[in-house]
Amino acid sequence: MNVESPVRVEDKLYYNRYLVDIGHPHVKVRAHTTPSPQLLALLKACPARCYELNDNGQVEITVDGCIECGTCRVIAEPTGDIEWSHPRGGYGVQFKFG
Amino acid sequence: MIEERFDAIVVGAGMAGNAAALTMAKRGMKVLQLERGEYPGSKNVQGAILYADMMEKLVPEFREEAPLERHLIEQRFWMMDDRSHVGMHYRSDDFNEERPNRYTIIRAQFDKWFSSKVREAGATLLCETTVTELVRDERERIVGVRTDRRDGEIHADVVVLAEGVNGLLGTRAGLRARPRPDNVALAVKEMHFLPRETIEARFNLRGDEGVVIEAVGTISRGMTGMGFIYANKECISLGIGCLVADFQRTSQTPYGLLDQFKSHPSVAPLIAGSEVKEYSAHLIPEGGYKSIPQLYGEGWVVVGDAAQLNNAIHREGSNLAMTSGRIAAEAIGLVKSRGEPMSAANLSIYKKMLDDSFVIKDLKKYKDLPPLMHTQSQNFFLTYPQLISKAMQNFVRVDGTPKAEKEKATLKSFVKARSWAGLFGDACRFARAWR
Repeated sequence: MNVESPVRVEDKLYYNRYLVDIGHPHVKVRAHTTPSPQLLALLKACPARCYELNDNGQVEITVDGCIECGTCRVIAEPTGDIEWSHPRGGYGVQFKFG
Repeated sequence: MIEERFDAIVVGAGMAGNAAALTMAKRGMKVLQLERGEYPGSKNVQGAILYADMMEKLVPEFREEAPLERHLIEQRFWMMDDRSHVGMHYRSDDFNEERPNRYTIIRAQFDKWFSSKVREAGATLLCETTVTELVRDERERIVGVRTDRRDGEIHADVVVLAEGVNGLLGTRAGLRARPRPDNVALAVKEMHFLPRETIEARFNLRGDEGVVIEAVGTISRGMTGMGFIYANKECISLGIGCLVADFQRTSQTPYGLLDQFKSHPSVAPLIAGSEVKEYSAHLIPEGGYKSIPQLYGEGWVVVGDAAQLNNAIHREGSNLAMTSGRIAAEAIGLVKSRGEPMSAANLSIYKKMLDDSFVIKDLKKYKDLPPLMHTQSQNFFLTYPQLISKAMQNFVRVDGTPKAEKEKATLKSFVKARSWAGLFGDACRFARAWR
């Protein structure tokens, strides 16, 4: 079995219901030129693959598909690489089953 | 600021928060419960198994009212390698009893119902409200919360922090540390829908009987982790979780592990043809007794996952949440009935009561197991499952090799993989931590 087999996370997130708080991302990546090991770890560890590398080799986040698990907070908040909050009341993922 | 003053504010409408709010409201206290989701349950994720005993203490008639899935009559433990599993199954008709002991539930649906009981008891619930910080007075006592609503400051005698494993408020206020990557697991889960007859046929069930499978082995790729398959009425909850520190170290992806687990030859037939309707993820406190933070202070208590109260060995979390929520509420009720302030000295009774309960006693019993499993993950989750699978295959496959030679080969493979000293050490360490 090959771990790197392409799994389409977007297909998984498509099942979920979100109320996206446009213009108010609840997680932000601190501006950087070279990403820290913690930030790089998020590319793989985030279960919604919210973190991506941009063309300049920096880590960017798109929070729209975030399932609010807090993994990135545990890994990258202590180093100051990200700022992490809950979405504003009523926004974010709304689990039907949970 | 909202002028109305409350006896207690409960942050969160999960198991712990609902238990606390219900218990206080039943005692006639004026309770405000704040929930950031659209409805109670909308942010809550669990396998999930409900333990009847702890629920009965809160809502004795829950069996007649609550949205329950299946009562569990069978528990399967699987040790897996890439192509096989060695299983231990315990199934008993004793579990088909008048008042079953464990049920599978779907949290978003269950929590909605649980919350309705809290409101019936008289508590006020405000959803779509994120608490942003705790409010202190000039003497540094917690006297309320600030929310993201306009004029969002609300005051109360005591704040019950039932904010879940990611509890930001407690961390921001310096009441406890943020969970460490080696103290929390990340679990991902999918809900697979199938006709109920199909589920019952595949899992050998009649009516509302239920089964859960919990699996360890090569599915976690050498990380400390566990897979689970829970049968609900018309769907199967299937997921896998591993320590965050291990994900960080190995660069494995959670969804990659999940899809591998799903495609395992022992798992794939169980979910074949299903329709997936949700993908979720959640952190699980795994640090055990040694990671429990300060549980009370001036004007506050912390309960449930926010206090890391989870028994990773027995996979019990929600009942510790419910019980800690209830006990905290009883402690608060006691202080209030004496007409005394919600000071740290007075609220310390919560910790005393919790120490005397199964919650802390169980966590204490296993206090050394989490560190052992976390540091020895390669052996316990990769090497041993592979060895045991090989041993079983040696035992059952008939190919003309004399049995003595087969046994010798099995023993040799164990010694080769772990050495005599390693095998002996692992056994001793495990036994000592279990005791």
